[in-house]
Amino acid sequence: MSQTFLGMPHAPAGVGHLHGDRPFPDAARDALANTQLRRNLGHATATIRAKRASVVGELDDWEELRLAGEALKAYTMAHLDRLLPQLEAAVTARGGVVHWARDATEANQIVVDLVRATGTDEVVKVKSMATAEIGLNEALAAAGIAAVETDLAELIVQLGHDEPSHILVPAIHRNRAEIREIFLREMPGVDPELTDEPRRLAMAARAHLRAKFLTTKVAISGANFGIAETGTITVVESEGNGRMCLTLPDTLITVMGIEKVVPTWTDLEVFLQLLPRSSTGERMNPYTSTWTGVTPGDGPQTFHLVLVDNGRTAVLADPAGRSALHCIRCSACLNVCPVYERAGGHAYGSVYPGPIGAVLTPQLTGAATSLPYASSLCGACFDACPVRIDIPSMLVHLRSTQPHPATERAAFEAVAWTMASAGRFRLGERLLRLGRLIARRGRIRRLPPPLSAWTDTRDLPAPPQQTFRDWWSAR
Amino acid sequence: MRVALFVTCLADAMFPDVGRATVAVLERLGVEVVFPPGQTCCGQMHVNTGYQRQAAKLVRNHVDVFEPYDYVVAPSGSCVGSVRHQHAMVARNAGDAGLADRAQSVATRTYELSEFLIDVLGVEDVGAAYPHRVTYHPTCHSLRMLRVGDKPLRLLRHVRGLDLVELPDADQCCGFGGTFAVKNADTSTAMLADKMRSVLSTRAEAVCAGDSSCLMHIGGGLSRLRTGVRPIHLAEILASTGSAG
Ligand code: SF4
Repeated sequence: MSQTFLGMPHAPAGVGHLHGDRPFPDAARDALANTQLRRNLGHATATIRAKRASVVGELDDWEELRLAGEALKAYTMAHLDRLLPQLEAAVTARGGVVHWARDATEANQIVVDLVRATGTDEVVKVKSMATAEIGLNEALAAAGIAAVETDLAELIVQLGHDEPSHILVPAIHRNRAEIREIFLREMPGVDPELTDEPRRLAMAARAHLRAKFLTTKVAISGANFGIAETGTITVVESEGNGRMCLTLPDTLITVMGIEKVVPTWTDLEVFLQLLPRSSTGERMNPYTSTWTGVTPGDGPQTFHLVLVDNGRTAVLADPAGRSALHCIRCSACLNVCPVYERAGGHAYGSVYPGPIGAVLTPQLTGAATSLPYASSLCGACFDACPVRIDIPSMLVHLRSTQPHPATERAAFEAVAWTMASAGRFRLGERLLRLGRLIARRGRIRRLPPPLSAWTDTRDLPAPPQQTFRDWWSAR
Repeated sequence: MRVALFVTCLADAMFPDVGRATVAVLERLGVEVVFPPGQTCCGQMHVNTGYQRQAAKLVRNHVDVFEPYDYVVAPSGSCVGSVRHQHAMVARNAGDAGLADRAQSVATRTYELSEFLIDVLGVEDVGAAYPHRVTYHPTCHSLRMLRVGDKPLRLLRHVRGLDLVELPDADQCCGFGGTFAVKNADTSTAMLADKMRSVLSTRAEAVCAGDSSCLMHIGGGLSRLRTGVRPIHLAEILASTGSAG
């Protein structure tokens, strides 16, 4: 398959959280003006960067692990046609039910119908990127079903009527004082004396959630990995709330992107080393839950696995972009990205922010977007990525597939034409020298738009009297 | 030894001193420098802004011009990065497999200045003197595309009189990123502000780097704030032999 293979459906607009409604530079401008947000983000990402660097530094085979992760992912993507049916067969054999959803709309409908069939109007949720991507909470709400997020950070976002801004820490843009205010405002029966001490905040959330765990009959989760060989689903988390959801309710519905499949149990060995170190900066995450179908008398007695495409096969069809599907959602690339650190996650207009969002979102949606330009191409994301996704090269590739503004295109055409011959380039340099006329004391302080975007905050040196090539030929 | 100087379009048009300094350093070390006059631009700005088709013309010109030489040296990590990591791809995407092969061959003979001095000439002390307090910013493309490591620092440590002060958060991007600085001017400026804060915290007289583009960005900010800290290219320090710098 090549890029010219057309017709793969992309993630539809109007459902889910992939299609932002503002260009990145505009949304970033608002975030940059919010000094509290910048401080929260700068502090949080610096802390997690340092933790990651120290635990990654402990392993002398880190590069080999990354190569192994990359190879496993490449193998998996090349054999999805075989691995997904294998996963389906294994899940079914163990008493689970597998559903296939072409896109967000279908996936939401499947889950809504499944929940309705149980007769309940409230579900508990394990934090899940896939359900955020398809906008499941909104779809459930429209059907009269309340979805309670049980991950602490996700709960903060939900109670704050906010959008997540980070893959791993959805409320990274909030500080403790803000969280305390949200809890006081939104949590029924919370102690009015609540302080912003992290332990007190966690206790308040725990009391709030415990009641939900004990009474709710249906849980919805995502999946970090789905093992084709055995039909086992894996969720990796830090708080243990996920495990409550995965074990207490009668019915469990897991929504999994089709790229999350791994061939065998032993492949987990690689990913369970790469993931926690890259994401939370821990050697091992506190809770790793695995389950295979249903076990009579133990845990949920009904298990549904919803496999979601939502644009993923369209990504697979592009050889220059398909490795974006290798992502294990560790968020390391976000934490090292200087653009993410300043602009924050909301500026990306997608549940997938940061470097991976800038390449994955446009590919899933197939829509024109400013996201591939939301990078200085500094390359820090590639160095951090545990499965070696070459995000900078992919950004460059995606830029070449975006529509360009007519004036910009004309300018780049003209420059390319000038630069394609040394004679014309030399003439161009002569013209450039006219810039000396607008310089004061060797500095240009003001250029016309769009170049004023440069001189708003930076001086430009005046062009020199003599170019290098003129100096050389006079030498 | 004879090397072809790829001066880069930016240095040619805007920073000729960087080109002159590169020539001075190489000639002082006994290298014969030639300047192929047909050269223009590596096309990086076009590639990175999404104009690969237009860049293909520039790649063809570059390959035609530099193919005859055993060594090509450029005072820019970024442009060498483009030659090494993008030229063959651009040619391939333009459907010209022959050009891609030739581009690949030119790429393997193309060196950034500090790489050439240390890896090819085996020199760390180039006989320079620059009695000033200097901090060094490793540009992203030198650091992560070329992996030059500490080569520029090794060269700077041998410069007489130079007081090298470490830059905090040195490996953080300065926010230039080519057209990024214009397309995402606000984010770029926020990144620049942090870089300038780091530079000023060192109380250095000059900030040194191996790329004129990043220096133009950092220097443009420092100039706007009238900090008095001057941007200086690595080649200019290595060419300097006295206190007149
Ligand atoms: S792209 Fe790589 S670094 Fe970024 S979230 Fe995915 S796996 Fe992690």
